[in-house]
Amino acid sequence: MENRPLEYDYTVAKMFMFTTVILGIVGMLVGVILAFELAFPELNLVLGEGFAEYTNFSRLRPLHTDAVIFGFTLSGIFATWYYVGQRVLKVSMAESKLLMFLGKLHFWLYLLVVASVVVSLFAGVTTSKEYAEFEWPIDIAVVVVWVIFGIGMFGLIGIRREKSLYISIWYYIATFLGIAMLYLFNNMEIPTMLASSDAGETGIGAWYHSVSMYAGTNDALVQWWYGHNAVAFGFTVPIVAMVYYFLPKESGQAIYSYKLSLLSFWGLMFVYLWAGGHHLLYSTVPDWMQTMGSIFSVILILPSWGSAINMLLTMKGEWQQVAASPLIKFMVLGSTFYMFSTLEGPIQAIKSVNAIAHFTDWIIGHVHDGVLGWVGFMIMAALFHMAPRVFKRELYSKSLMAAQFWIQTVGVVLYFTSMWIAGITQGMMWRAHDEFGNLAYSFIDTVTVLHPYYAIRGIGGLLYLVGFLMFAYNIYKTMSARPVEESELQNASPMGA
Amino acid sequence: MFHWLEKHPFFFAVGVFLVISFAGLVEILPNFAQQSRPVIGTTPYSTLELAGRHVYIKNSCNACHSQLIRPFKSETDRYGHYSLSGEYAYDRPFLWGSKRTGPDLMRVGNYRTTDWHENHMKNPASVVPGSIMPAYGWMFTNDADIDTAFAEQLTLSQFFSVPYNKEVPMKDGSKKVVKMGGSIADAHTLALDEAKVIAADMKDQDVKDKVAHGEIPEIVALIAYLNSLK
Repeated sequence: MENRPLEYDYTVAKMFMFTTVILGIVGMLVGVILAFELAFPELNLVLGEGFAEYTNFSRLRPLHTDAVIFGFTLSGIFATWYYVGQRVLKVSMAESKLLMFLGKLHFWLYLLVVASVVVSLFAGVTTSKEYAEFEWPIDIAVVVVWVIFGIGMFGLIGIRREKSLYISIWYYIATFLGIAMLYLFNNMEIPTMLASSDAGETGIGAWYHSVSMYAGTNDALVQWWYGHNAVAFGFTVPIVAMVYYFLPKESGQAIYSYKLSLLSFWGLMFVYLWAGGHHLLYSTVPDWMQTMGSIFSVILILPSWGSAINMLLTMKGEWQQVAASPLIKFMVLGSTFYMFSTLEGPIQAIKSVNAIAHFTDWIIGHVHDGVLGWVGFMIMAALFHMAPRVFKRELYSKSLMAAQFWIQTVGVVLYFTSMWIAGITQGMMWRAHDEFGNLAYSFIDTVTVLHPYYAIRGIGGLLYLVGFLMFAYNIYKTMSARPVEESELQNASPMGA
Repeated sequence: MFHWLEKHPFFFAVGVFLVISFAGLVEILPNFAQQSRPVIGTTPYSTLELAGRHVYIKNSCNACHSQLIRPFKSETDRYGHYSLSGEYAYDRPFLWGSKRTGPDLMRVGNYRTTDWHENHMKNPASVVPGSIMPAYGWMFTNDADIDTAFAEQLTLSQFFSVPYNKEVPMKDGSKKVVKMGGSIADAHTLALDEAKVIAADMKDQDVKDKVAHGEIPEIVALIAYLNSLK
């Protein structure tokens, strides 16, 4: 056998890179529109009275969250899986016709589900549960897509040459299992078409409508066990998988500590699932569960920081790379935002802090320093690393990338600082009493005061979107404008450092 | 052990699954043993109220309004008695929300009227100066989906034993029966009877005319639902 590196087949990775970029633009654009609608309510009518139903804040809001979570992030996870998976398992997708078929099927069915989600959310067909808005027909399709993804994943693992599973693979496996478990249990519902009336009529009303299997407090408990851990297995676990692969590859540094990665992996797996209760503090959920939610949220700092510190120490002695390479900048700042966000979360999960923070924009700020600073930066960094290797071209522009980094960083900082101030201001105003023990502010006072912060947040979001468009342009120019290299670039990083 | 696991993906996956499912088993399952029992005075939703609840969900009202009053003085002063678990016994799905861009609505039926809602949904800023809530004009023209509400009632009563057409104890010691139709036509009649009561308190002539002709605009159903939140 010839002594040359394996050639990998990136057909499916490319497809998912495409949806990562497109759905990222859609999700972030809707987000920016929403942000400005809160600052300037007349924008709810941006397309006129006739379209008010579809440009309205409330109708668009689930579209933003789902487009970013299940569009941008999930596509990024799939794209990196179909890239990283082959490389660390030392096997090509092209070696198995079945795996290649499953990969393509995965993509096309995924696209079909995305399309049906967009249509259904615009039409207002929703179960109301956050990040689980889809009605039962789409739920079934989601499960099918997920199972195909799983079969493809374990199939590739089954024919691997490298016997030992690299850290990233642990996290991808956990992503698959975690989401499968959560999604199935949270979406238990009974289609209403199954019921029959006394007069013998069946199939009454909308065929796609369903009723949740759980009622009231139980429903809330399952939903936030899901909602919190969808963040775990969508925004944390697979993103850690990415950083464990792309940071060492891009920097040429070995992972700092294997033991630290063990501790943080198994720790994260065990601890994360307990913390969902922190979404339900001071609710009607039993007190001990709320307390467990708080305690485990604080413990969660350990495995989260374990991964982040492992990443940052991987750069030990090589910090000049941060200055030299915008791609390393994205990953190092991403890891830093991860540390920051996983410290902020536990603080908000402390009951007395949560009393102020819950229901306010501080929570929105927390989500966004995590997703913009950590998830978004890591996925874009991964795609920047992949693009030259997948398209066999040099990256179009390094300076564009550097400019994008700074624009987006400013965007994220504007976003979370304004939301901190907004959230804490509103939380404090809600609870303020005057000298006679009456409420000091009417509710509307606590809304109008937020206007400047909503405007600043909108600008922050807009900057991030502008940066993302620069990213999309950079990727587009990379895949289309430059001449094809003879073979895969073996050593050079896309920076040409 | 870890080195061995990392070479055996099947056992690795089993290990991960056991570790991640542990919390759910300990934390969530026990609560299911205590079935959600309604407190006295909590009644199932009528056909029209349920249709209104669907309008509420369709427009993601829960994206900006909570239905959960926390046990703090500032909250009970503003919204009324703090929430009790049993009050949610008939809520499928729960609508606690996670963000209060607008105020809590758990007991909005206690302090807002049909008239107030009508004006507010048409033009929120005219009722609450400075409001950032958008207008919901289409609710005055779109018709509520009574069939689906009826199908949901049937599902609730057949699969979850929700007491429709049965006596439910009230706080004053009396009993109340929430009726559910025996057929689709029956359900429409019940809903329309309720809708007429709401429409009588409304000013919009088009809505009044519609209800008089046997149609039920979304706004009527939504107000019926909001009035039921107490």
